[in-house]
Amino acid sequence: MEFSKEIIANYNNWVTIFLMVSGLYIVVARGNMVKKLVGLSLFQTSVYLLYLSPGKILGGTPPIIAEGFTVYSNPLPHVLMLTAIVVGVATLSLGLALTVRINEEFGTIEEDEIFAKGDDQ
Amino acid sequence: MTPDTLIAYALVLPLAGAALIWVFGKIPDLREFITLATGGGLLYMVISLLSLVLAGEQPELQVLDVVPGLALSFKVEPLGMLFALIASGLWIVNSIYSIGYMRGNNEPRQTPFYMSFAVAISSTIGVAFSENLFTLFLCYEVLTLSTYPLVTHKASVDAMKAGRLYLILLMATSMVLFLPAIIWTYTLAGTLSFTPGGILAGKADGLTVGILMGLYVFGIGKAATMPVHFWLPAAMVAPTPVSAFLHAVAVVKAGVFSVLKITVYIFGIDLLSSTGASDWLLYVSAGTVLLASLIAMTKDNLKARLAYSTISQLAYIVVGAMLATRLGMIGGGLQIAMHAVGKITLFMCAGAIYTAAHKTKVSELGGLGRVMPYTFAAFFIGSLSIIGLPPMGGAWSKWYLALGALEADQLFVVAILMISSLLNIAYLMPITFNGFFGKPAAGVETGKIKEAPLACLIAIALTATGTVLLFFFPGTIFELLQLIKTR
Amino acid sequence: MNPEIISNLPALQVVIPLLGALVCALLRRGSAAWFLTMLICLIMPVISIYLLVSVLDSGPISYSMGGWAPPFGIEYKVDVFNAFILVLVSSIGAVVLPYARLSVASEIKPEDRSWFYAMFLLCLTGLLGITITGDAFNAFVFLETSSLSTYVLIAMGRDRRALLAAYQYLILGSIGATFYIIGVGIIYTLTGTLNFADLAARIPEIEQTRSILAAAAFIVVGISLKFALFPLHVWLPNAYAYAPSTVSAFLASTATKVALYLLIRFLFSIFGIEIVTDKLALTDILIILSLAAMLGASTVAIFQHDVKRLFAYSSVAQIGYITLGIALANQAGLTGSLVHIFNHAIIKGALFLAVGAVVYRIGSAEIDDFSGLGKKMPVTMGCLLIGGLGLIGVPGTAGFISKWYLAVGAIDAGYIWLVFLLVLSSLLALIYVGRIVEVVWFRDPGPNLDGVKEAPLSLLLPAAAMAAATIYFGIETSQSVGIAAQAVETLLGLAK
Repeated sequence: MEFSKEIIANYNNWVTIFLMVSGLYIVVARGNMVKKLVGLSLFQTSVYLLYLSPGKILGGTPPIIAEGFTVYSNPLPHVLMLTAIVVGVATLSLGLALTVRINEEFGTIEEDEIFAKGDDQ
Repeated sequence: MTPDTLIAYALVLPLAGAALIWVFGKIPDLREFITLATGGGLLYMVISLLSLVLAGEQPELQVLDVVPGLALSFKVEPLGMLFALIASGLWIVNSIYSIGYMRGNNEPRQTPFYMSFAVAISSTIGVAFSENLFTLFLCYEVLTLSTYPLVTHKASVDAMKAGRLYLILLMATSMVLFLPAIIWTYTLAGTLSFTPGGILAGKADGLTVGILMGLYVFGIGKAATMPVHFWLPAAMVAPTPVSAFLHAVAVVKAGVFSVLKITVYIFGIDLLSSTGASDWLLYVSAGTVLLASLIAMTKDNLKARLAYSTISQLAYIVVGAMLATRLGMIGGGLQIAMHAVGKITLFMCAGAIYTAAHKTKVSELGGLGRVMPYTFAAFFIGSLSIIGLPPMGGAWSKWYLALGALEADQLFVVAILMISSLLNIAYLMPITFNGFFGKPAAGVETGKIKEAPLACLIAIALTATGTVLLFFFPGTIFELLQLIKTR
Repeated sequence: MNPEIISNLPALQVVIPLLGALVCALLRRGSAAWFLTMLICLIMPVISIYLLVSVLDSGPISYSMGGWAPPFGIEYKVDVFNAFILVLVSSIGAVVLPYARLSVASEIKPEDRSWFYAMFLLCLTGLLGITITGDAFNAFVFLETSSLSTYVLIAMGRDRRALLAAYQYLILGSIGATFYIIGVGIIYTLTGTLNFADLAARIPEIEQTRSILAAAAFIVVGISLKFALFPLHVWLPNAYAYAPSTVSAFLASTATKVALYLLIRFLFSIFGIEIVTDKLALTDILIILSLAAMLGASTVAIFQHDVKRLFAYSSVAQIGYITLGIALANQAGLTGSLVHIFNHAIIKGALFLAVGAVVYRIGSAEIDDFSGLGKKMPVTMGCLLIGGLGLIGVPGTAGFISKWYLAVGAIDAGYIWLVFLLVLSSLLALIYVGRIVEVVWFRDPGPNLDGVKEAPLSLLLPAAAMAAATIYFGIETSQSVGIAAQAVETLLGLAK
């Protein structure tokens, strides 16, 4: 009983871990370069949750000083994650751009087909 | 000139010579003159230093501290002085001979050849004058690298293979065994300076000393103690002046000299004799003496036979060091000198025979002595010295090695020395006898063969006379060896 | 100089190249972009050397970004250790850039050149930023700045396989960065701070928790991906082999080195030596992986046909030396690591610049095309030879100094056998360097070399400068070893 409570109480972490692992799995298991990037994005998204969920305090308000409010959520993780999202978007767009170029050059975006051409050692 | 500038000039002069050789590479006469002038200048520096050392001084030159504990510095002590004297003296002879040989055989790429020679002699002097193990190691490696182009000079497939073996075996042993030994010594003793009486006494137990000594003996691959001797017979594909340089002037001598120097100044003969740590190496080197002599007997290629003879003779020096007695050490030091002069004579004769008659096999030399009397006479004299018969210099070193063995109570060493001398007779004497009294081999017309070029003969005559003179006047060498402080 | 400028130097170290990148991106002409980049790359070492000198004189410098005092704002903290790395990175940039003009002109399309320099400056910004910042999240941002620009730089290579290499690197690099940020997230949740100094103060309180170990593991693995610790190195050989020559030389000398800096910073300044050696058992793992890198990657290098790839594998092996010293975690070992970060940067710089000069002349880095090149391009090949000797660790070259310290460190730690494996790896280096030397000097020039001349001066001088430095820092080490030793003292002092 105690144990299951523990599990439920930490449900935010479980979601994080699920996203993290499934994202990483897609990167490893998929040969399609676009799908790999999707996995990578998923993996990075889990990090946003990892930062944001502990920053939220139940019953806390936005961190604006005002009469009558004493409990605030931590603003810093939000700021950090804004940056991380920018990095994630940049990575994704660069990855997609590369994929387009690879498709132009090799005529495919399946990794095993490219390797089958013997172009990569 | 002050003593430290003398040392600096002795090291830098050959390097400057190398640069000038490169500049004047297109003018062979000037290039060769520079080589000889460099040799003369070097010998002058060394002899000036010799008089200082004989007066009991030990000039020093500190260049810089690379990192704390690793200093690049030089110090002229008697043993190093002896080696420098031999190397610089024989280098001139070898250069004279090279000129005759390289021109006589129309060898290509002579400019890089003479340049490598000059760099190599500079590093040899560096080995001789090194004040600590780091400096010695540095110069040792430069010597390996600078002689690599000499070994591969012919650039044929065989030469490339030999060069690869030469480089890899020497670098491998020095890096895998020699360098760790130096590092280990440093962590044990906290210093790397060559100090009379050694730096390891009281800092390492018998087992450690035994292992360390083994690392040094095998790590110094240039000493060619079996089983790290393969490079030496392989390297004989090089032109004869190179072989002479490898076998007599610099390379192998730098190896055995390093072993001797490390025995005396790093371990100290007292430490070795009290722990008995070097006994196992005594057996290894004594075994090398016998085994290499036996292999030499089976070789028909003249240079291969001489190469195995060198391996055997070098092992004498290692034996002298491993006896860990003062007399043994003096015997080893004498052997460095005596073997150098004797073996360079033999190699130059072999080269002269090749230049004049293009023969490389012992079995083809029958009757050649009658058309090349000077060469074969010199070969005879050199052989006697290697065997160790009076009135040749080689007699002294054998005598002192035997005394050293007696002092160390190692009677079997005396027996081995005697057996080896018999073997030497068996593989060296037939060459001269066959040359003078044998019949020409099938298909060899001795009538068309003339004596070797004059430059070659002059060089041969110089060293052959040297072997005799060293018997009658070994005074300076003895004096130097007596000056070595062992405690 | 104006005191206002001097007090803001730490920020300028990062801001100047960042703004420069922006301007470069707007410039249309490649030559103008090159000129601007060159100017910036000349200013950078001046700033970093000034910082180093003042740190050596008067202790660490703390700079509050935007005026927000640490630990709340982002702090730029310069101590001996990162000032040393700053000088290294900025000087390599200054040496590589004169080289870039011709090399880039021959390898990259005219319309892409200003973008190339923009990316180059962005990469420099990132690398300097990682080094100078005292904030864990800020380090992540710079890590990604440098990585993203690196992916673009690699993708600009001549060969279409460069695209694949860049893609592969992007996937693995992003995973590495994400691992790092996960680790930082966990620590942040535990301590509530991102400032390095603050973290170091608070971590002892939570040393007993298991979460801190998880965080440390994430961070170590993440950074290890970035500096290509064996077996996380798969991206590196392709990336270095197919990138434009200038980029190969610059990355090999700086990118992995900065990631290694970050690892050392985390292990010794933040987590502290107890967590690293006792709780994480990192010593054993790192020693094994380092040895695998030193021996395995060197062996693979022997069988490469492409010289750039060969040196890329050799880089993996050399990184093994550096991590070995980190694993030993004693005075001599860590000094060896730091010195090797510096020395290997110089040596590999010389090698890649020399190979790049060959590519410029003959358009190929295949070892068979190098036959007899010693006669045609003697100076370039001389640089290659000196760099090769440095890799082997021949005494008198910089490589020997680092190996000496590593070996002494190994003996101090009680692992004498390690010394033998260390030198065994040098032996493997001897084989692959020997292979090149043989081809270059002892074969006759092939028909592909007809009319090939020595490389132009602007390619030759940087390579020769690096080669000269390889010798110089092998003999006169008071700067390299002296500063590294001082940095190690603070690192291990903090660890107590």
